[in-house]
Amino acid sequence: MSRVKVAIVDDHRLFRAGVRAELGELVEVVGDAGEVSEAARMIARTRPDVVLLDVHMPEGGGVEVISRVSKDLPEVRFLALSVSDAASDVIGVIRAGARGYVTKTISGADLADAVQRVAEGDAVFSPRLAGFVLDAFAAEGRSVDDPELDQLTPREREVLRHIARGYMYKEIAQRLGISVKTVEAHVSAVLRKLQLSSRHELSRWALQRRLVSLDGP
Amino acid sequence: MATAQTPPAPVAQDPEAGLPAGAQPAAISGTAAGVAVPGARRELRRRPDRGMLGGVCAGLAEYLGVEPLAVRVVVAIVAGAGGIGIGLYALAWALMPTAPGTEGLTPSRSARMKGAVIALLGLGVLVGSHRVGLAAGYLLIWPLVLGACGMALVWRPAVSSGGQGRPARRMSLLLYLRHRSGIDAPRVAIGALLVAFSSAAMLHAAGVLHSLGAAIGAVAIVATALGLLFGPWFVRLGRSLAFERAARIREQERAEVAAHLHDSVLQTLALIQKRSEDAHEVAGLARRQERELRRWLFERPEAGTPGSMKSQLGTVAAEVEELHGVQVEAVIVGDGEMSARMDAVVQAAREALTNAAKFAGTAQIDLYAEIAAEKVEVFVRDRGVGFDPETIPADRRGVRESIVGRIERHGGTCAIHSAPGQGTEVELRMERAT
Repeated sequence: MSRVKVAIVDDHRLFRAGVRAELGELVEVVGDAGEVSEAARMIARTRPDVVLLDVHMPEGGGVEVISRVSKDLPEVRFLALSVSDAASDVIGVIRAGARGYVTKTISGADLADAVQRVAEGDAVFSPRLAGFVLDAFAAEGRSVDDPELDQLTPREREVLRHIARGYMYKEIAQRLGISVKTVEAHVSAVLRKLQLSSRHELSRWALQRRLVSLDGP
Repeated sequence: MATAQTPPAPVAQDPEAGLPAGAQPAAISGTAAGVAVPGARRELRRRPDRGMLGGVCAGLAEYLGVEPLAVRVVVAIVAGAGGIGIGLYALAWALMPTAPGTEGLTPSRSARMKGAVIALLGLGVLVGSHRVGLAAGYLLIWPLVLGACGMALVWRPAVSSGGQGRPARRMSLLLYLRHRSGIDAPRVAIGALLVAFSSAAMLHAAGVLHSLGAAIGAVAIVATALGLLFGPWFVRLGRSLAFERAARIREQERAEVAAHLHDSVLQTLALIQKRSEDAHEVAGLARRQERELRRWLFERPEAGTPGSMKSQLGTVAAEVEELHGVQVEAVIVGDGEMSARMDAVVQAAREALTNAAKFAGTAQIDLYAEIAAEKVEVFVRDRGVGFDPETIPADRRGVRESIVGRIERHGGTCAIHSAPGQGTEVELRMERAT
């Protein structure tokens, strides 16, 4: 089986070199770029399977890279890789089309595993992303006029909670008595719902979060 | 007319005495509570909270150390005698900054009633003086009164209240117009109109109005010439002022960032260089610094309100990280207020994290908390060596007392899942309401 082709987009050269070294022989790194337009050209040229994408970059960041590339190359998949903790940034890049989000502290082996899963079309949720999503869908008072955003099934919610608790897909499958494929299907469904819900609803969510955090429960 | 044209000296001093004092923060602190502190320099400030109309007389009385009533009667008489006092009162109102902490306050109703009585007294003086033929100067006086009122209107917004420790600003109308924020166009327009009208009236009184046309023409020509000559210079001046201001703000921000980076990042980097042989310590330092810097950069709303459950759990996680050199991946959903019960949960979570850090032998611990309206759930999970919960030694007070006991005393439930080699997960559950 041929190795997954990976491109790295991050405005820190040191970090790109670090990721290259960590991924080593586990994947095939076909290129890297440090800014948005350079990244778009590089991706068009090298045709990677998966792009590791920094959320924060000058000229629009990861969201801009995705929007420039995905029109012509819908088969290229994106995995957000960031130190950013801001929920709005992370959710933003997911909604733009990234298939997952991992933090930069992830180990090389785990990152290679995540890349592999994204290449296969699965979604990769780190505990933190699962937390953000649960937070987004847990905000109160949205059930009546918000059919799309409210439709996390109990099972999906349960899967997300396990991810947030630090369980891996295999362990979740075991604990819930379902197959790993089913776990993956649940996560992909959540990702789809996240990407489909309207912009309006999500900004409202952001607003509510702020209100909630200001005024308490 | 002597009384009307020689107003009491303190009133004339209003602007000069009041405003520079407002520019000195030290002086402000002396009257911060609105009470004149003995020994502290007294300031001329309006006291709308004690006054009858605008607090001018009350402020004046406080400044002079006399009864407000005395000041009021004097002012009323002066106001009545020819009316110039009304204009002076308006000017003083406009130019005196309010005393700190009294912005937006208005006099009480009874105070207003008393004020009306004193105003009637002034009116009486006015009518009386008219009767005895003291009104000769009216043609000059009333334009002066109107002009003063107009100036008061124009100047009012340019003089800040001086509250909140900000120095009272005093600027020319030109600068004020340039400084556009908060300008009140109708008020300034009415004020300017009043001033223009009073000027015209005075010119008329002086009998020079008929030659005004020629004068205006001459002035217009000279002004146009001056404008053409100096216009570009004025524009440049304005631009460079704005530029300087922006540069100063940038410089301030830069200095702030530099100071912060020095206190935190540079110190940590120095420490890391010193301890470079101790990988464990270096990693801990780097992590702590990263967290601190990130908090400072993003001021994340997800960090929770200070004192909320979310921020408490975050703090606990950070403390354990720091103390034991492990990484705690904290994911906290929702937020809520603290209470005795929630405090028990936070403390138990801390104990569970500490246990995992001490005994699990792994570098990473996952903390997941879900804070809902009716209940709170906390999960602390590690992938370490694990243990058999049935065989917790009696002396391991950590688990028995600090986790299980604490939670159960507050009516919550606690479950510990672990097996040798399987890692450990501690689950804490607690209803929020009593």
